[in-house]
Amino acid sequence: MSDAPITTRNLDHFFGTGDARKQAIFDINLDIARGSLTILMGPSGSGKTTLLTLIGCLRDVKDGQVRVLGHELNGASEAVLVGLRRRLGFIFQAHNLHESLTATQNVTMGLQVHGRGDAVKQRKAAHHVLDLLGLADRRDYLPGNLSGGQKQRVAVARALVSNPEIILADEPTAALDKESGHTVVQMLKSLGKARGITTVMVTHDPRILEMADRIITLEDGRIISDELK
Amino acid sequence: MSRLLTLLFGRLPIGWLQLTHSRGRFFAAVAGVAFANLLVFMQLGIMGALNGSTVAPYAMLNADIILSSEDGNTLTDDGHIARARMYQALGVAGVIDATPLFVGNLPFTLEDGSAVSLLSFGVDVTKPQFSTPAIAPKLGQLTLESTALLDEGTRGMPAEVIDDLMDGVRFEFETGGNTLTAIGTMEVGGGFLADGMMIMSDQTFLRVFPSRTSGAPNHILVRTADGVAVETVVARLKDALPSGNLRIQSMEASAANDLAYMATERPTGIIFGFGVFMGILVGLVIVYQVLSTDVADHLREYATFKAMGYGQPFFLGIVFEEAIVLAVFGFIPGFFVSMGLYAGLVSVTGLPVEMDASRAILVFLGTLAACSLSGAIATRRLANADPAELF
Ligand SMILES: Nc1ncnc2c1ncn2[C@@H]1O[C@H](COP(=O)(O)OP(=O)(O)O)[C@@H](O)[C@H]1O
Ligand SMILES: [Mg+2]
Repeated sequence: MSDAPITTRNLDHFFGTGDARKQAIFDINLDIARGSLTILMGPSGSGKTTLLTLIGCLRDVKDGQVRVLGHELNGASEAVLVGLRRRLGFIFQAHNLHESLTATQNVTMGLQVHGRGDAVKQRKAAHHVLDLLGLADRRDYLPGNLSGGQKQRVAVARALVSNPEIILADEPTAALDKESGHTVVQMLKSLGKARGITTVMVTHDPRILEMADRIITLEDGRIISDELK
Repeated sequence: MSRLLTLLFGRLPIGWLQLTHSRGRFFAAVAGVAFANLLVFMQLGIMGALNGSTVAPYAMLNADIILSSEDGNTLTDDGHIARARMYQALGVAGVIDATPLFVGNLPFTLEDGSAVSLLSFGVDVTKPQFSTPAIAPKLGQLTLESTALLDEGTRGMPAEVIDDLMDGVRFEFETGGNTLTAIGTMEVGGGFLADGMMIMSDQTFLRVFPSRTSGAPNHILVRTADGVAVETVVARLKDALPSGNLRIQSMEASAANDLAYMATERPTGIIFGFGVFMGILVGLVIVYQVLSTDVADHLREYATFKAMGYGQPFFLGIVFEEAIVLAVFGFIPGFFVSMGLYAGLVSVTGLPVEMDASRAILVFLGTLAACSLSGAIATRRLANADPAELF
């Protein structure tokens, strides 16, 4: 296998058991280059999310191989999986911010997963990322008082604050209007590039496609096209 | 508060922030815990008063061993033994003195027509050594026919009567066709056993209780020689005296048995024990309900934290943090309202309902334990937080 941060070989995934057993993805072989922005496309139900959750250590890999940051996921212990998750950043379709925590506190949660730390330093780091994402004047707002785009930017800040090596994002702009969606991805991309983060993102937004280094299209669980820009 | 907890935990106090974020729910939960505390405090307070009044008469007596009939369950129950046992006991090594004790309940109608009952003790007034130092010097006056010492705390007794008695003014009253004269007071505290207590000479006792005879007192009190273990003398008495219908025990053991009997066999004791149990149950259910709803409401956020790499200890920490916050914030008002109600109970019933530190600490620890238990059960719902479902 190559030394790419993400590689998959002969990757299949099944849902259900017995008669209900259904294959969601078929024989996926990928090497994703460090620091690249890869877009996953394809109709609904084509297996994009399944692939992302397998790479993200959120689902057990049972058939085939997935290597993330040098670790084989098939048969990996829970401890290894949890350790890997801490080196990834997730951005979901819904922001999933904690309603009772301020923007800064939500972002801090991305740091505290690495253990007890200097609270002042953590707050500074959270402020720094929020500032980069244009939320300097919203640091102490609760999610309830932020717009959709602002909330998603807080979620991006939370994913970025711990300097992850990989960012996995599943339709991060689906819940946003075009303009703010574009802003979010623009920021994600430029920060990712600056820090050498490998990003895999599911999206349908044509304007975002222009920013991609690579576009992979799935259909019925198989890769039907894979183009490098 | 939040800063302090951050310092304490080394992380954001998510449990605290989450609980206090929905104020309505937080106050409902705190009120629930406070209410449960109140229930438990009231039950324990009354149970404590019950226990206190069960053993209160023992405080009047000064003896080491008590011989009783097996018919009577407690010091103040019916059941008598032969006076002959007293002479037999006096012949046992280690016994230096013995005296009969008569106990009976005397109904008494107050001037306003209300009926009270006076628990009456008939003693040999020539043996004041069997009474506590507070009462012993007054026994000499009781050699006068038909006189008695009246409990200061007697329920229903007009305050002037007690005040007058303390000033040396006698108080004459009718009971069961006999006239008795109270010539002084003593301090016992009636509580649950009766509305009040009286001490009189055995002669007076036998006059007001015509069915009783001097040959059959309720108990025989025994004093032992210094330097001989009470238990040794108890054992000797058991060997020496005929065993039929006779219970021989130290005064401490007798008081402890009375307590156990009142707590576990009498309906009052059982009812109050059950009340404590109910209070704990109410608290458990309320806290469980609040915490499990809280977990269910935040499953998405928890799943997100799981995806970020937080492990099970972190989530357990949040739920226990919430449990402890609820315990502390519920206990404080529960404690103070209980203090108020105790004071109210004392003024209305005259029962010795008191808050002592050990009870407060016990209830607080119990609250912590119950909240933690509820939290532990509520954490089972955490398993439903599956990060794979988030995408
Ligand atoms: N948790 C699940 N249980 C059973 N089937 C699932 C589950 N998640 C996804 N699937 C199925 O797997 C296939 C791929 O789904 P998914 O990866 O969510 O597609 P996409 O994200 O491209 O819309 C679909 O047929 C879907 O019905
Ligand atoms: Mg999907």
